[in-house]
Amino acid sequence: MSSLSLFLTVFISGVVLVIVGLGIAILLAPQSFNLQKGEPYECGIPTHGTSWMQFKAGYYLYAILYLMFDVETIFLFPWSVVVRDLGYTGLYSILFFIVILGLGLAYAWKKGVLKWS
Amino acid sequence: MILNYSQPLEISNLTSWFDQYLRSNLSEFWTLLIEFVLVGIFLLAAYAVIALILIYAERKITAFFQARLGPNRVGKWGLLQSVADMIKILLKEIIRINRSDRFLFFAAPFFMIVASMLTFGAIPFGKGLQAIDFNIGVLYVTAVSSLGIIGVLLAGWSSNNKYSMIGAMRSGAQFISYELSSGFALMTIVVLAGTMQFSQMIEGQRFCWNIFNGHISSIIAFVIYLISGHAETNRGPFDLPEAESELTAGYHTEYSGLQFGFYYLAEYLNMFIIASIATTVFLGGYLPIQIQGWDAFNGIMGYIPSYVWFFSKTGFLIFLSLWVRWSFPRLRIDQLLNLEWKYLLPINLVNLLLMVILVLTGLTLKNLFGIL
Repeated sequence: MSSLSLFLTVFISGVVLVIVGLGIAILLAPQSFNLQKGEPYECGIPTHGTSWMQFKAGYYLYAILYLMFDVETIFLFPWSVVVRDLGYTGLYSILFFIVILGLGLAYAWKKGVLKWS
Repeated sequence: MILNYSQPLEISNLTSWFDQYLRSNLSEFWTLLIEFVLVGIFLLAAYAVIALILIYAERKITAFFQARLGPNRVGKWGLLQSVADMIKILLKEIIRINRSDRFLFFAAPFFMIVASMLTFGAIPFGKGLQAIDFNIGVLYVTAVSSLGIIGVLLAGWSSNNKYSMIGAMRSGAQFISYELSSGFALMTIVVLAGTMQFSQMIEGQRFCWNIFNGHISSIIAFVIYLISGHAETNRGPFDLPEAESELTAGYHTEYSGLQFGFYYLAEYLNMFIIASIATTVFLGGYLPIQIQGWDAFNGIMGYIPSYVWFFSKTGFLIFLSLWVRWSFPRLRIDQLLNLEWKYLLPINLVNLLLMVILVLTGLTLKNLFGIL
C-alpha cells in the first residue's frame, strides 16, 4: 500500500516537473510569429511532402522478434526468483523453453531477417 | 560475521527521527501526506541537481579527453555554466510547428520525463534512501524505463519532419533490441540473488558483491549490461538516432526551448540511472568494500556514509561510459543490430543457463569459500 502511494507520488512529481517547467517557460519566453518559422526543418529549402508515410519494413521485423523475446522475459523473471528452490527440474523445463525460442531466433536468422538490406 | 557500525553521518538517522517527530505530533494521515510531499520535492531537487552536475562533469571530462579546457568562464572553473545554460533554455521560445500533431507533440516529453522519474524513484541512494521499494524491483525498473521509448517514437512521429522520423525509428529499433540484453543480464543476477527487491539484493552482497559472487557468469552479465545500457541511452558509439552529421538532432529536431531541455535532461538522467542500477545490482549498491576477517579495514570503510559509496561507484561507471563515448567511432545501424541479435542475445541466453548451473551446483564464490 505504502509502495503504491509512493509510486503515485513519484509519478505526480514527474508530471509536475514538466507542467511547472513549461508554465515558467511560457511565462518567461518571448513569443513571436511569422510564417516561415513554423516550417519543419529541412536543409533550408521548403519541405517537400509529408513525412507520415510508409516506412522501411526492416524495423518492423525487429519489433516482431523483440515481441517474442519480451514475452519470454515476462515468463522468465518469476522463474529466476524461485530457481534455487525448484532445483534441476526448473533448469530442465526452462532449458526446453529456451531451446524452442533459440530455434525461433535461428529460423529468423536463416531466413535473413537479421540481415539489413 | 556481519559487523553493524553505527554511522553518525547517515541521512536515514535524520529521516527516521523526523518521521517519529511527525508521528508524535500529527495523525497518521497528515504524517504520510507531509512525507509524500517531501519525498516528491526531494526527488525533483535530486533530479535537477544530478542533471546539472552530470552536464558539467561531462563537459569537463570531454574537454579533458580532447585536450582542451572546457567551460571556464561562468563562475570559478566554469562551475555555474550548466546553471547559466538552464536559465538560458528557460528563456527560449517554444516554437509551434505547422502541420504537426499538436497533442502528441506536446505529450511526448511527459513520457520521457515520467519514465525516467519513475525509474529514478526506485534507486537506493543510500541506506533507507529509497522511495519505491517494490518486491519486484528489477522487473519494475525494466518495465518502467522502457516507457521512455514511447516518448521518443511520439516525438519523431508527431513532428512531421523526415529527420525526426528516421531518428525515432532508429532509436526505437535500437532501444527495444538492447532492452532485451539488459533485461537478461539483470535476470542472470536475479537467479544468483534469489530476489528481485533492491533492498534485499543489496543486503545479500554485504561481504561478496554479486559481480564476484557469480564470477564468470556475473562478469559476462556485467559487461553485457554496460554495453546495452550504454546503447539504451543513445550515447557514445551508439548515438546514431541523433547522429548530428546526418540527422541534425534526430527525434528532437523540431523541439525548442524547454521541451528540448526535457529530452536533454532525460538523456542525462538515463545515463545516471543505468550506472546506478549497475551499481546496485552488480557492485553492492551503497555497501562499503568489506573483506571477511579484515576487521580494522572493514571498520574504516564502514565509517564512510553509504550515499558516498553509492555516488562514487556510480560516478566511476559514468566516467567509464564517457570514456567509451569518446573512444569509439559511431556504428552503422546494421552493425548495431547485429551486435545485439547475433552476439549479445545468444551469449546472454547461454550465460543465463550457466548461472543457473553455477547456483545449483553451489560453485558460487560464497559457497566455495564458506563466506557467511
